Amino acid sequence: MFFYVPMALFLLFLLFPFYWMVITSVRPDGELYRPWNSVNYNPFWTWKPTLDHVRYLFEETLFASWLWNTTFIALASTAISLVCGVFAGYALSRLNFPFAGSLGTGIFITYLVPQTLLFIPLAEIIRNYRLGDTPWSLILTYPTFLIPFCTWLMMGYFKAVPKELEECARIDGASRWQAMLYIVIPVAIPGILSAGIFAFTLSWNEFIYALVFLSSPEQKTVPVGVTSELIRGDVFYWGPLMAGALLGSIPVAIAYSFFVEHYVAGLTGSVKG
Amino acid sequence: MAISAVSDTTLREAPPPRRHRLLEDERWLAFVLLVPTIVLLGMFIAYPFIRGILLSVTSSRVGMPGDFVGLANFYKIFNDGIFRTSVYNTFLYTGVTTVFKLALGLWLAMLLNRNFRGKAFTRAFILLPFIIPTVLSTFAWKWMFDPTFSVLNWLLYHLGLITGRINWLGDPDLAMISIIIVNIWRGVPFFAISLLAGLQTISPELNEAAAIDGAKPWQRFWHITWPLLLPVTMVVMLFSVIQTFADFQIVYVMTGGGPANATHLFATYAYQIGIGTGLLSEGAAISLAMFPVLFLVVIIQLLYIRRVEVR
Repeated sequence: MFFYVPMALFLLFLLFPFYWMVITSVRPDGELYRPWNSVNYNPFWTWKPTLDHVRYLFEETLFASWLWNTTFIALASTAISLVCGVFAGYALSRLNFPFAGSLGTGIFITYLVPQTLLFIPLAEIIRNYRLGDTPWSLILTYPTFLIPFCTWLMMGYFKAVPKELEECARIDGASRWQAMLYIVIPVAIPGILSAGIFAFTLSWNEFIYALVFLSSPEQKTVPVGVTSELIRGDVFYWGPLMAGALLGSIPVAIAYSFFVEHYVAGLTGSVKG
Repeated sequence: MAISAVSDTTLREAPPPRRHRLLEDERWLAFVLLVPTIVLLGMFIAYPFIRGILLSVTSSRVGMPGDFVGLANFYKIFNDGIFRTSVYNTFLYTGVTTVFKLALGLWLAMLLNRNFRGKAFTRAFILLPFIIPTVLSTFAWKWMFDPTFSVLNWLLYHLGLITGRINWLGDPDLAMISIIIVNIWRGVPFFAISLLAGLQTISPELNEAAAIDGAKPWQRFWHITWPLLLPVTMVVMLFSVIQTFADFQIVYVMTGGGPANATHLFATYAYQIGIGTGLLSEGAAISLAMFPVLFLVVIIQLLYIRRVEVR
């Protein structure tokens, strides 16, 4: 009793908004806009499911381009961050060089810098570099919060690889570079997967940079497009909005479902310190 | 033996290209590996930070460079009633949500730490609020809090708890409570899963031994689980405090800072002033006003991690 009741309440609290998203996105408008106190109104189910809202999204808005933009930006910034993070993590955890400690601390501090601290000067810089309203404004800035995280996580994985493994390869004639590329990095592949999936969800999730740096509708990402193009003044198109929220969540949910274990490892690794 | 001797000589006869010899030096290799990271972080974190400080002491607007005005922007915002409300709101928002996220997250972690059927499945589903894009899930909440079509009002009405409608997002206090609820909803999974990882490193034998010695469940929690979990708890809390303090998305979607600017946080107010009305330098000053608190939290975190590592 003390287990199942609280557990059920937790699940209800945590998952109900998603249920509500799903049911709203397949509900006809006539049923959607009924005041909460009207009689014989059952808000939790519908007998007349419809795909109108989804059709509206793809025919009347640029939702398909938003999906493509978000995917492209998330994949590109994840790739950049993984390369940088793996290299930096390797250097900081396995090589001796001056200032290694302070550099590590510096990267850790940038890990804790929230996007909302710098978005105004960054918007100016993006404009000066003539990157405004292009996907590159995000592909280049997302790594600022992804690299520190990837570096931090990879340092943990690299530290666990025994030094002897690398030394053996070097005795057999491999250069440092080869030993890193062919011996140490393959051992840390689970870590790379964790960092990758985590970085992908973070960049899919990012909002304020995308909101500030992108202006034309066809350049927008899903979160920004849904926010700015499905609301006209004070009018909310709740059906398409919820359909957009649902469809915009599916890619990241699928990616997550394939790599749950890696995601959890990334999450807990990121706070292990 | 013979083979290794042979390979040794062949290596010496054909020295690797110069590029590789350079990379044989640890310091050069480290430098090459770190350059991309340093360049990106320097260009898009360190440089904007300096630009932000420079911007905040000028009178720049969009498309207008502006002149040096000293601390006038800071002086102006500290005398601004809305800014003061935002400061109060941000502290309230961070404090209240952190307490609830910790309490509920710890409770959920302890529930998940038992063995039951469908555990992996439950854990995977519980993380959904954390991985689904916040803006998108916040819209679901906004729809649930809608003044006319609120499903929450329907529920409370049919449970007999209310007789009239509650205008969730139209009243300053209720709007604040609403965004606090959404933040808690989004943060509990992160706390729960991180704390669960911490709980799993605590040997069950400790608890069993204490139980045999007659310790009650509450005593066992207080004297065994809590102290052993404290390092993880601290780090998770500090991360969460930074994220919550600088939060933007939930308030932007739920209330946009309204009604009547009553629910602004630092970030949403900075956005409204800096991007909305185009007063770049004032917006930058509002953003930077977060810095002292964030800096303090980062320092605490660094000192704490050091201490744990030394131990």
